Amino acid sequence: MVKPRRAFTYAFLIAATVVSVFPFLWMIVSATNKSVDVTQGRLLPGSHLIANMRNLFDQYDVVTALANSAKVSLTTTFLALVIGSLAGYGFEVYRSRAKDIVFNILLLSMMIPFAALMVPLYRMFAAVSRTVPFIGVNTAAAVVLPTMTTAFLIFFFRQSTKMFPRDLLEAGRIDGVNELGLFFRIFVPTMRTTYAAAAIITFMSSWNNYLWPLIVLQSEDTRTIPLLISNLGSGYTPDYGVIMTAIVIGTLPTALVFFLMQKHFVAGMTGSVK
Amino acid sequence: MNARTGARLQRKSQAIGWIFVSVAVLLICAFYFYPMIQAFLLSLKSGKGTNLHAAGLANYRRLFGDTTFLAAVKNTFTYLIIQVPIMIVLALFISVLLNDSGLKFRGFFRTAIFLPCVTSLVAYSVIFKYLFGQDGLVNTALIQLHLVSQPIGWLTDPFWAKATIIIAITWRWTGYNMIFYLSALQNVDSSIYEAARIDGAGPVRQFFGITVPLLKPIILFTSITSTIGTLQLFDEVMNITKGGPGNATTTISQYIYNLSFKYTPDFGYAATVSYSVVALIVLFSIIQFKAAGDRNG
Repeated sequence: MVKPRRAFTYAFLIAATVVSVFPFLWMIVSATNKSVDVTQGRLLPGSHLIANMRNLFDQYDVVTALANSAKVSLTTTFLALVIGSLAGYGFEVYRSRAKDIVFNILLLSMMIPFAALMVPLYRMFAAVSRTVPFIGVNTAAAVVLPTMTTAFLIFFFRQSTKMFPRDLLEAGRIDGVNELGLFFRIFVPTMRTTYAAAAIITFMSSWNNYLWPLIVLQSEDTRTIPLLISNLGSGYTPDYGVIMTAIVIGTLPTALVFFLMQKHFVAGMTGSVK
Repeated sequence: MNARTGARLQRKSQAIGWIFVSVAVLLICAFYFYPMIQAFLLSLKSGKGTNLHAAGLANYRRLFGDTTFLAAVKNTFTYLIIQVPIMIVLALFISVLLNDSGLKFRGFFRTAIFLPCVTSLVAYSVIFKYLFGQDGLVNTALIQLHLVSQPIGWLTDPFWAKATIIIAITWRWTGYNMIFYLSALQNVDSSIYEAARIDGAGPVRQFFGITVPLLKPIILFTSITSTIGTLQLFDEVMNITKGGPGNATTTISQYIYNLSFKYTPDFGYAATVSYSVVALIVLFSIIQFKAAGDRNG
């Protein structure tokens, strides 16, 4: 026997679940249907998945876009973790008044909207293009460089370093490990879960990044998955089945990361505000 | 160890500390603070493309007579004032429901409601564009349920287009905010609620008397991040409505993008518009901190 108040709770949560999940189901079902069926509101799985995939891969360079996305997001994630954790650790372990001031100034950068940065950043990379083409416009480096360091990640690693047992560092120093060794051989292995959380957050936001790649990647052979999907979606005669197949493929990596590491993801989101 | 070598070691470890933080400091300066200064200098210049000349404060004066800019500010405010409160109340409400330990399938509900966060902004925007199209599923369902007789112009009517954007953002971010509230609620001692129940406080009084005050810091945090996010809204508008019909859904970020990369580039004026976003973010953050602080005192 369910109490009336709990009945309301279930009803509300079921409604919220349906609203949250329905667009996903529709996306997946539509990827298996013909464009005509999608427009006629067919909600049952069809047999057109293979045909949609063949059309998608024949008409658009999905493989290149996937490879570009992978290259950009994996590089960003790796460098962001190295740079962010070195800084977070440095600010906390070698704390001083001067460093705290610098740290607080860095935090101010979280208030700077990307809208205010896109014009000067584009001009910087356009200027660099002429002399150093491999980090200029239309390169993966131009996407990675301005996005890989965030005050958020430095803050996140500093907060996590507060939980790190300092005795381990002292013990290492007595054993004659140098300061860089302490970081790489003691801190990094101990903080695996912190790194996992930071990696997921960074990877997902990098994989899904749209505005900066849209500005700085203007050629078809460098564009990433969100640019391809946006391009497909703005066509005048859209093939819905093909577009939904592209969205499913583009969402798979982040969905996989999310389902495999859900706990770390939530820890990463909320860890820095506790 | 005598005092001199102690001091030397101290200095040495301080120097090592600076090396640890140096890369991050340099990169943040190069890709945040330096461009901010560049944007300011640029905002004092005028001209098309790379052909720029000094213009003083002309760009800033131009802002107040620019109807597209004013429309973008008005739209952004509309999203902010309607969407952020709806989303935060909804997220709080769901997290309170989910915090009930006797509830079955809690993990399932939590994962399902959080699920929209795994999609990229572009992907879900394209999906919403089709769902809310003239003969999209939403209109079909509404007509078949006899809730409306004519299809609603979700993307073509100025009012409904704004509503579509608000519905879309709320769908994408409610679960995200819910996770913050849930993790904060887990740290709340349940005996507080028991004491309140014994004193005869109903669920509504408990919510406003206990939950909201206890979660105030996290509500402040999420409302500031949501505000900053909304002030920079771009992906959704670009992919659902392209800012249309007319300028009915355009945002400040989209206007900056159009000024710089769609029309003949007017970088000086685009930089000026971008400083209005900075000003708004600072303004709203101060207001929210003040509002939270006053309720405290």
